[in-house]
Amino acid sequence: MRAILLLGIAGVALASVAAAKDKPKDAPASPPDVVRVGKDPWPSQYRPYPGQVTVIRGATIYDGAGRRIDNGMIRLEGGKVAEIGTSVAVPVGATLIEAQGKYVTAGIIDIHSHLGVYPSPGVQAHSDGNEATSPARPEVWAEHSVWPQDPGFSRALAGGITALHALPGSANLFGGRGVTLKPVYGRSVQEMKFPGAPYSLKMACGENPKRVYGSRNQLPATRMGNIAYARQLWSDAVGYKRRWDDYTKRAEAGTAKPTDAPRRELALDTLMGVLNGEILVQNHCYRADEMANVISMSREFGYKVTAFHHAVESYKIADMLKAEGICSAMWADWYGFKMESYDGIRENIALVSAVGACAIVHSDDENGIQRLNQEAAKAIAAGRRLGLTITPELAWTWLSLNPAKSLGIGDRTGSLEAGKAADVVLWSAEPFSVYARPTHVWIDGALMYDWGDPKRRPTADFELGQPGAGEVK
Amino acid sequence: MKRVLLSMVLAAAPAVAAPIAITGATAHTARGEEVIRNATIIIDNGRITAIGAGLAIPAGATVIDAKGHPVTPGIVAVPSDLGLTEVGGVRETSDGSARTSPYSAALDMAAAINPGSLHFAIYRMAGVTRAAAVPDSGNAVFGGQGAVVSLAANGPTVTRPRAFQYVELGEAGARLAGGSRPAAYAQLIDLLDAAKRLAANPAASVGGDDSGSLVKRRDVEALLPVLSGAQSLMVHVERASDILEVLKLKGRYPALRPVLVGAREAWLVAAQIARAGVPVITHSLYDLPDDFEGLAASRNNVGHLQAAGVTVVLGPLGGVGGTTPVNLPGYAGNAVGQGTVPGGKGLTKGQALASITANPARVLGLADTGTLEVGKRADIVLWDGDPLELMSSPVAVWIDGAAQPMTSRQTLLAQRYKALGRIDLPLQYPR
Repeated sequence: MRAILLLGIAGVALASVAAAKDKPKDAPASPPDVVRVGKDPWPSQYRPYPGQVTVIRGATIYDGAGRRIDNGMIRLEGGKVAEIGTSVAVPVGATLIEAQGKYVTAGIIDIHSHLGVYPSPGVQAHSDGNEATSPARPEVWAEHSVWPQDPGFSRALAGGITALHALPGSANLFGGRGVTLKPVYGRSVQEMKFPGAPYSLKMACGENPKRVYGSRNQLPATRMGNIAYARQLWSDAVGYKRRWDDYTKRAEAGTAKPTDAPRRELALDTLMGVLNGEILVQNHCYRADEMANVISMSREFGYKVTAFHHAVESYKIADMLKAEGICSAMWADWYGFKMESYDGIRENIALVSAVGACAIVHSDDENGIQRLNQEAAKAIAAGRRLGLTITPELAWTWLSLNPAKSLGIGDRTGSLEAGKAADVVLWSAEPFSVYARPTHVWIDGALMYDWGDPKRRPTADFELGQPGAGEVK
Repeated sequence: MKRVLLSMVLAAAPAVAAPIAITGATAHTARGEEVIRNATIIIDNGRITAIGAGLAIPAGATVIDAKGHPVTPGIVAVPSDLGLTEVGGVRETSDGSARTSPYSAALDMAAAINPGSLHFAIYRMAGVTRAAAVPDSGNAVFGGQGAVVSLAANGPTVTRPRAFQYVELGEAGARLAGGSRPAAYAQLIDLLDAAKRLAANPAASVGGDDSGSLVKRRDVEALLPVLSGAQSLMVHVERASDILEVLKLKGRYPALRPVLVGAREAWLVAAQIARAGVPVITHSLYDLPDDFEGLAASRNNVGHLQAAGVTVVLGPLGGVGGTTPVNLPGYAGNAVGQGTVPGGKGLTKGQALASITANPARVLGLADTGTLEVGKRADIVLWDGDPLELMSSPVAVWIDGAAQPMTSRQTLLAQRYKALGRIDLPLQYPR
């Protein structure tokens, strides 16, 4: 309850700050009427569920920020991590969980999911992830395709996921906006949206766009066509932003009327958001040379790539990615299924991490999202075979803080630190073991999954009354 | 050119050398829960000639000290596209399915298998020693005849051509046959009945009474060993009712030896499958209602089947992203983990190991493969930790007693890019 109130207050506070910005205190009697492009016109309606003050004692903790605490303790209170260390206060009435021999980690965050947009069952009627009607569809938003009743959300939760980024597919150069969700069932997508998380723009390199549009005999049919198409659109976006900036300046000075505002173009709104640093670019890109091309393009037009996804060749340019401050979201061992994945190696994640570049383990798969800890384990093993030293507590950053930062929510979640969200997983064993399973998952301090309590294991509407209903999945 | 020469050299190398003694091993034999501590395994002439604790080492033997680490039988990957597909997205490198061929059951995969495929080395390093190269039905329910392959670097690769037949039923079979399950069964029965007629009378017309019959003689001939039980029939089905229909086929074709593939809803009819003595090849990680024929998918499937007495094989099947034979031990380990979940049904460690070694070998009819026992082929993997754990890796692999190279194109790439600093020449020059 307290968490709900806190959030409510925070929301109000944010709104009033925004209002204050628009209307300075020493504003003239009749403030200028300025038309603005809304930053968050479809705000989250998620509210955390009630949680209890909970103390977990005796566990080994991987905090998600690269630290490990042996025989650690953590207190969850008011939806937040209240205290963490080797000893924390245990308030009267707190739920105390003895967790000797068990492990506590920050919740796993999947930066690349299609849950909701390609839900189960994967029939054509549910295929809502690729608006493959033009190479550029930055006006579409993944959240408008999300089916909140995807059974996949329950499986992800049971795998220790506490936030995920649902993206459009990669048929288009500009696929549309991604949305950060919590795996907490809602009756609408708004009820699942991570409050205040920035939007992303999904972009794609390489084979998919050129194949989809080349097969229709239209631009782009080649990699050079991919870049040419994208550059034209970025150029258009720069011009659009210039028009809006110019109008806003004049309107704020009182020399432009609301009717002077530029025509809203929803596609360019998204790109302008990127140029303004408000929308983060999540760029599907396999090959090292193509990532380098995208970096050059981003410099030409003045935007930043936040992360390359499916970056199977990041190991070839890990130093460059480190210098650019660009994360790589990777699989542990997918390779060879298409030409641009031919050079995928199992050492990729470890090599990226070893040079100090930002490494993220992602799924792109409704099954893989349930076991990202296992993907990380394979990556650690591959790194060790190559002679690299990778501690488990470092590897947990691949699963939590690095994706959180890349989604613009790293100040609120992604690591177990006092004041951050109580997005926490308790594991039955060392979480890089194949035998380990989450026993409890808290999201914003609310116990949303308990492996031993059928009342804490959600069932999507679709699965009610179906063959096999009630079976542990 | 270099690659061609290398493979020629390997092909010319003798398959077997002096006897090998692996000492101090923790031998997981894949015979029940058997684990032999401080085991010695003697390998001679490609076979295991002795196994036990503290055995004498033959004179002249090459001694490998396992230092207490586990050894297991080699992993047998069923089904796979090994040697049939190089790059999934590059059509011309894929021979698994023939979408516009007039033939179906007659398609013989053995002719296509390419030992030069880079996947052999990648899978082998992960402990996979044998695989079934399985066709993918292209334009009819029958996909053709699959082969058993060895992953030995020095070959021979195809050890058993035409080992089994493959057929698609369920949703995929319906689509291939013209749009419905009854259409798929009509096609299946049309061909199998023609084979029956041909078996009874080699001079018979395979088309029966139908003028303009669509049945091809070569397809019918290819089904004779299926009809006689000489070849098993791998049947891809998922839905419980589809599984029961397959079991009924044994009434019409008594010698038929079906093997269920996929079988996500098998646990709903586990007792019937067990009674029919039909093995199941499935994935331990199916747990989503991906489609309307797998609504009951659960990771408990494997545990329920095992408990009912069904022979369970964990295969690198599609439907779980990134599935590869490399990860078979992890899939087996996950089946063990499932048993720890309240309400979960899993496998014991012994059952899990057998599900990727002894059981697939048995299903393929490889009587001398899949366990660590005297007389068996010396397909052996030495691990640096619990074989089912994700962080463990093979440190040595023997196939037919021959030690295998532990490099692949992937390890060469990793070595090349391990240090990225600019030096005298580009990375593409030898260092």
